[in-house]
Amino acid sequence: MKPAQFDYYAPASVEEALDKLAELGYEGKVLAGGQSLIAAMNFRMARPGSLVDLNNIPELSYIKPTADGGLAIGTMTRVYAVEHSPEVAKRFPLLPEVAHYIGHAQIRRRGSFGGAIAHADPSGQLPGIAKVMNAKCLIRSKGKEDRWVDAADLIIGPFMTVIEYEDLLTEVVLPPNPPRTGSSYQQVARQNGGYALAACASVLTLDDKNKCQDARLILMGVGEMPILSDKVKEILIGQEPTEEAFKEVGEAVQSEIDPSSDLNGTSEYRRDLIRVLVPRSLALSLERAKKGS
Amino acid sequence: MTGKYFGQPVLRLEDKHLLTGRAKFCDDIVIPGMLHAAFLRSDYAHAIIKNIDVTEARKHPGVVAVYTAEDMGDYWKIGPLQVPPPFAIKDAQFNARPLPPIAKDKVRFSGEPIAIVIAESRYIAEDACEDIIFDAEPLPAVIDLEKAWEDTSVLVHDDLPSNMAALVKQEAGDYEAAKKQADVVVSKRFVADHVAGAAMENRGFVVNWDERTQEMTVWAGTQAPLPLRSAIAGRMGLVENQVRVITPYIGGGFGPKVMTSQADDVLLPWISMKLNRPIKWIEDRRENFLATTSERDQVHHCEMALKKDGTILGFKDVFYHNTGAYDPYGMTVPLNTQTHTVSNYRVPNFYTEIRMVFTNEMVVTPVRGAGRSEGVFVMERMMDLAAKELKMDPVEIRLKNLLKKEEFPLNTGVIGQDFVVGVLDSGDYKNNLEKCIQMVDYEKFRKEIQPKARKEGKHLGIGVVAFTEGTAVGPYEGARVTVGNNGKVSVSTGYSTQGQGHFTVFAQIVAEQLNVKVEDVRVITGDTGHFHWGAGTFASRGATIAGSAIHAAAVLVREKIFATAAKFLEVPEDQVDLCEGSACVKGHPEKFISLGDLAGKANPMRGAVEADVKPGLEATAYYAPPHGATGSGACAMIVDVDPETFKVKIERFVLVHDCGTVINPLLLEGQIQGGVSMGIGNAFYEKMVYDENGQLMTASFMDYLMPQATDMPRKMEIGHNVHPSPLNTLGLKGVGEAGALPPSPAFCQAVEDALYEYELDLTESNLNPSMLYEFRNKAIKR
Repeated sequence: MKPAQFDYYAPASVEEALDKLAELGYEGKVLAGGQSLIAAMNFRMARPGSLVDLNNIPELSYIKPTADGGLAIGTMTRVYAVEHSPEVAKRFPLLPEVAHYIGHAQIRRRGSFGGAIAHADPSGQLPGIAKVMNAKCLIRSKGKEDRWVDAADLIIGPFMTVIEYEDLLTEVVLPPNPPRTGSSYQQVARQNGGYALAACASVLTLDDKNKCQDARLILMGVGEMPILSDKVKEILIGQEPTEEAFKEVGEAVQSEIDPSSDLNGTSEYRRDLIRVLVPRSLALSLERAKKGS
Repeated sequence: MTGKYFGQPVLRLEDKHLLTGRAKFCDDIVIPGMLHAAFLRSDYAHAIIKNIDVTEARKHPGVVAVYTAEDMGDYWKIGPLQVPPPFAIKDAQFNARPLPPIAKDKVRFSGEPIAIVIAESRYIAEDACEDIIFDAEPLPAVIDLEKAWEDTSVLVHDDLPSNMAALVKQEAGDYEAAKKQADVVVSKRFVADHVAGAAMENRGFVVNWDERTQEMTVWAGTQAPLPLRSAIAGRMGLVENQVRVITPYIGGGFGPKVMTSQADDVLLPWISMKLNRPIKWIEDRRENFLATTSERDQVHHCEMALKKDGTILGFKDVFYHNTGAYDPYGMTVPLNTQTHTVSNYRVPNFYTEIRMVFTNEMVVTPVRGAGRSEGVFVMERMMDLAAKELKMDPVEIRLKNLLKKEEFPLNTGVIGQDFVVGVLDSGDYKNNLEKCIQMVDYEKFRKEIQPKARKEGKHLGIGVVAFTEGTAVGPYEGARVTVGNNGKVSVSTGYSTQGQGHFTVFAQIVAEQLNVKVEDVRVITGDTGHFHWGAGTFASRGATIAGSAIHAAAVLVREKIFATAAKFLEVPEDQVDLCEGSACVKGHPEKFISLGDLAGKANPMRGAVEADVKPGLEATAYYAPPHGATGSGACAMIVDVDPETFKVKIERFVLVHDCGTVINPLLLEGQIQGGVSMGIGNAFYEKMVYDENGQLMTASFMDYLMPQATDMPRKMEIGHNVHPSPLNTLGLKGVGEAGALPPSPAFCQAVEDALYEYELDLTESNLNPSMLYEFRNKAIKR
């Protein structure tokens, strides 16, 4: 279990990294936290010709408030830092809630926020959470205009994104939520820190008449990529959020998911989990929205 | 029998070294000029080898040599059996097909080695493996145990008429007659799932042939250094004192490391001698999953005949046991299964039949539990089935049939893994269970806690099971105890250690006899240069067998101290006393000689000594049991099941255990906790899965789930019964595998009890939430 031969570069700045990526093209691969890539390389399932290591670029690690009340998170910010940031907890309590389920503390200390999104692992939590939070991703490359891509458009398949070989995802911006918004995450995994057999996160916003002004729901582990539900909007927006309505969503999303069977669970079981977890998550989000957080 | 050191909760002497990262493991061994080995392993589970082209690999820069079976000439031989066939059992049939060192003509499991590359680094060696062109004609894989047994199956070994590796029947009384007398007969098919040993440290092997001294030194992560030494010497045509096997610190054994005559220990000594270079091979995790050994994987067809009041009249068990592609370890595992179905309850009539099958899977040899787990699982599940049928409480039916104190020693009538008829030496199995239900407060749970929880919509369930653990089998172990000139004591034994705490318990045994500080006893295990007799670490036999030998040697040294000190102190022997670190005159502690000085006196460098005097304060002793000693216990588990997601949380875990005299209560508890975590892993997490093509689907920790701290109960409540074994001076029984035995059946019973709205029928030893969902969907709603 030793990786195949590769060249290694450790640029000290973003510009240097972009130069190197442009030069290497197809041969180059970005090394961020390495929590997925290194294991894949040891299994020789990934065989990059060259690694461009971002770990020596301090300017990529930050959590900064944006003018509109959102947050900008540098791509190399460790998941652990996001999990424990008071700024994040105040604005987006969903993030620390989810981060707690990502691997173990050691993995979160190394794993990077942007890296997890760019990796687009269908069983990873952060790509889906970025989608449900309407995150925007800044993509830079040498000699091209900077591009802003919605998280919803970033991921195009399992482990596939619109990020090209010479591109670098440098920042993720989370827009603010309106007041009276509540969010929550639910998952079932075989073990703490393990892959979710099925998971979902919901974000509910109430209007002043306690009806649903907005409802967002992401379904994870039950398809080739995280699925942003349309059904939840159809059923809930403008409506009274009731237990019955939440159950209805749990049923309705069955047409949106396509879980596969594997060693850890059958497709039917995963469907049933979504049926159970979606109402649980929506109920919790509602409770939190009512409290105004 | 608690003494100054013996029986005390002494902290582990080895921990300081281990916890500060200063222990030396196999991969820490570095020798100048050392080369590195990597194996190319077959991806096919079953295939005829057409051609292995190593031309390009040999040209790879940094590669020193590449070998296949073809390159080995006469040195290529099918390996020996590690354990003899069970011909002590009447009419036993056994087809010996031990391991070839490296595949020739045919591969029989995915992961079987087909070539070895020796290079300047492991990286280069692995790169060069990719340059080898392996041309083979794939054959259908034999995976399903019951189908493999049929005459129509594809053959794993073409020279045999079927895939039968063995057929062994054992019988006592007359089951069929008992069945006719029965009020009720219950029957069921069970699956005991396949698990890995999964030690934290994988295997490792470093060998250095010294051309000038004509000596070979081997560092190996082995549980059996002496069999390994003898096997290497035999194959290399060397006399035993030309081969020294040293076991450095080893990060866990759990069974698979007892194997010798595998590709590494057959090939590397030969290559080291050929190239006259030291070579290192460190097994990686993928190799460990694919090609070391693993265990369980049985299918049982059980039947039990009972009276209306729950009294067992008879038991019948016909079971299929997967031995994998070869059967180098004989029948240790299924014999243990056979023994453990009928060694706990009063079973007057039984018939059990082992059908051991060859499959295209990795070789099966003992893994902690070693067949016992499967026996305990099926018997406990049958007790539950009988209880349901008779509408009895699961505890009540067990209490009715468990063996009581007065019934020991009891001849079981079954020949076990040590090829002698089993005798249950001592204990009070019924009382273990009584104590256990008292600790878990069974009555209160049934009458108050559970009904209240159910009203609140919570699904709490309880499982209560009993078990025995056959331990401490022969043949023998030995040890030498020596007092050094500095007054410290050295102990050498051929027994090897993998983290169990032997450095501490062996020191306690000696310190007690010689009245020296426990930290002044230095124990060397598993170094054939220090002690060259012994069998190895298996069957929970360290403390009992090696410990008894060490005790006997320490007693002899103590006697020699008295005799020598009497001469020096000029008093009769009965006037000599042992003060800490010295011998003194009774009542006159000021008249003393330190043990170090006495050791010097016992080894004079000049002058005349009597002809029969042996030098030094030293003695060597051995211990061989007539048969194994049997530990016993009972276990209760309370679980909380989410009836919608089928996640299970263990709320309470209680275990009562009897391993006879306790040497160190702290280490005993540690052994039980470790065993329990493995048992919980086996019950709800760990499972090796092969697909129909013989591909292992669980070849990494991503898919093979090890139990984590967060999967354990918050607390393990452990109780003890002490019924010393009459088989050895100290009254010891083993405990290494005990904790691993009861979790699976207790878990099944508790989950069935929790999901009370359905008539659940759990028949597999390893479950997961999705399987519980499936079982629930199949079950009848009450």
